[in-house]
Amino acid sequence: MSAPAPARGKTPARRPVPTRPDDTVRRTPAARRSRRAEAAFGFGMIGLAGAAILLFTIGPILASFGLSFFAWDVITPPRFVGLDNYAAIGSDQRVVHSFGVTAVLAFSIVALQVAIGLFLALLVDQRRRASTKAIFRTVFYLPLLASTAAVSIFMTYMFNERFGVVNYYLTLLGGSGVPWLTSDAGAVVTIVFVAVWQSVGFTFVLFVAALAGLPRDVMEAAEIDGAGPVRSLLRIKLPLISPTVFFACVIGLINAMQLFDQAFIMTKGGPGTATTTITMVIYQTAFQNLQFGYGSAISMVLFAALIALTGLQFTLSRRLVFYS
Amino acid sequence: MTAPSFSPPAQRSRSAQFSRSALTRRIGRAVGLVVLVLAAMVAFGPLLWTLTTSLREPAESFTNPPVWLPLEPDFSNYAKVFSEVSLGRFFLNSVIVTGLIVGAQIITCTLSGYAFAMVRFPGRGAIFALFLATMMVPVQTTIIPVFVLISRMGLSDSLASLILPAIGSAFGTFLMRQYFLQMPVELGEAARVDGASRFQVFRLIYAPMATPAMATLAILAFTGFWAEFYRPLIFLQSQENFTLPLGLVTLQGTFGTGSISVVLAGVILSMIPSVILFVIAQRRFVEGITAGSFR
Repeated sequence: MSAPAPARGKTPARRPVPTRPDDTVRRTPAARRSRRAEAAFGFGMIGLAGAAILLFTIGPILASFGLSFFAWDVITPPRFVGLDNYAAIGSDQRVVHSFGVTAVLAFSIVALQVAIGLFLALLVDQRRRASTKAIFRTVFYLPLLASTAAVSIFMTYMFNERFGVVNYYLTLLGGSGVPWLTSDAGAVVTIVFVAVWQSVGFTFVLFVAALAGLPRDVMEAAEIDGAGPVRSLLRIKLPLISPTVFFACVIGLINAMQLFDQAFIMTKGGPGTATTTITMVIYQTAFQNLQFGYGSAISMVLFAALIALTGLQFTLSRRLVFYS
Repeated sequence: MTAPSFSPPAQRSRSAQFSRSALTRRIGRAVGLVVLVLAAMVAFGPLLWTLTTSLREPAESFTNPPVWLPLEPDFSNYAKVFSEVSLGRFFLNSVIVTGLIVGAQIITCTLSGYAFAMVRFPGRGAIFALFLATMMVPVQTTIIPVFVLISRMGLSDSLASLILPAIGSAFGTFLMRQYFLQMPVELGEAARVDGASRFQVFRLIYAPMATPAMATLAILAFTGFWAEFYRPLIFLQSQENFTLPLGLVTLQGTFGTGSISVVLAGVILSMIPSVILFVIAQRRFVEGITAGSFR
């Protein structure tokens, strides 16, 4: 689940597990008692977190998997339907379409997040004064401090076709007003914009930290050898921060595939089904239509898609990510 | 003692090359600054628009061109979100939910992180791997059974329905474990020899040393749960139990068509705790984000 850490001062060094003083001591009854006591202590310590995770994550995954083979509306008892729910997904236009919508949104969001975040981080890394860096870091971080719900609300007003400030400036520049939230393409573009606007500070901060951690001597050596800005970026900086880029892609895609708040608040999945994401379909299926079994099946497919995508990224990373 | 000697021509070409690249670099840096300023305007613009519109008279809230600096700010919208809507209630609910979750996660994750780092017990590696694996699970996959479980426990439509499922955290456990792993074992061993119990070693020696990691965990948990929308939307029905994000969306539904200034006042108010926290602990926010990346 975790990428090996690049050598870095702050990274906790892996230390071998504390070893027991010596093997012969272990066999005495007193030592055995103390080992048992230590084990009991360990289980006691993980007890609270473990119980919560068992009850509210691991249990529910298994339950969700089990439920996906049943038809259940909460009121009447569950009825076993085998693989029917999964078969239904394939012929359910709404679900298939929502997967396409989610894929388009997620890939655009991640690509823009990483590209813009990296670009801005490289520019900020160029600034010499610490105060300049601090100002930009704060400004780009600010959107992360608002909840997605809050952001979706004020963006809905700003992108309003008739009264919104975005179209006001567009017409001022000689363009015409765009039906941002009331046309299919406009709604997709708006949601991508809002998601990227809010989260680009995340990738930005990641990349700024990674660039600041680059070894100075390597950069200086490259400069003396006559490497221009482009070559030092492509040959030195990018390979050295590739683990961070990879991390941003994995986390970004996992988050973007679960996009819900923006679509729910700004467009209600519309117009039509233009921005109905897979998470919205799960919400509608389970909590509005009370099809708990079918909803579980769709959520299992989303889970499988996330695992497959992450696995694919890890496979690709073997070629593209450089670990020093 | 032989100093490296350069022949004059080589020196000249070197400096010429240097000055040319210095010029292009200066131009590059100037262009870079312009791009950064433009990007900062895009990042900050919507927030500024929200703030200034929340300070306009409701009747003028949708009037273009927008006023970027209200010379006569009108704070009546801020009074209205409390008098005409129960924003205070939403706020209090959010404080209760987020506060209890953050407090609970600091306790449970410090305990479990310590155990995974410092205590030997059978199955430790496998259980930790299982913890980590749960970090991949999307909330949508567990929400249906959790919803059923919550209703069976009689907790539907309560703040407890949001708090209880969130008291443990695999990521928090991971974060705390990484921190405890850096600590020397010798301190605890010495204390044990002196007769301290295992829990005393943890509570009196190691836990106090882990406060920076607890602060990072607190920030992460706070930002995550303060903004949470999906679970409240599904678990809460009565308006008096709504947390801020859900309350704001409801507010938008009632006020959204006319005087949006009132809604935007609520939006700004909802951001204040995060902004204050960010001002106090900027570095911890950055650490929180990067904590996951350098595993």
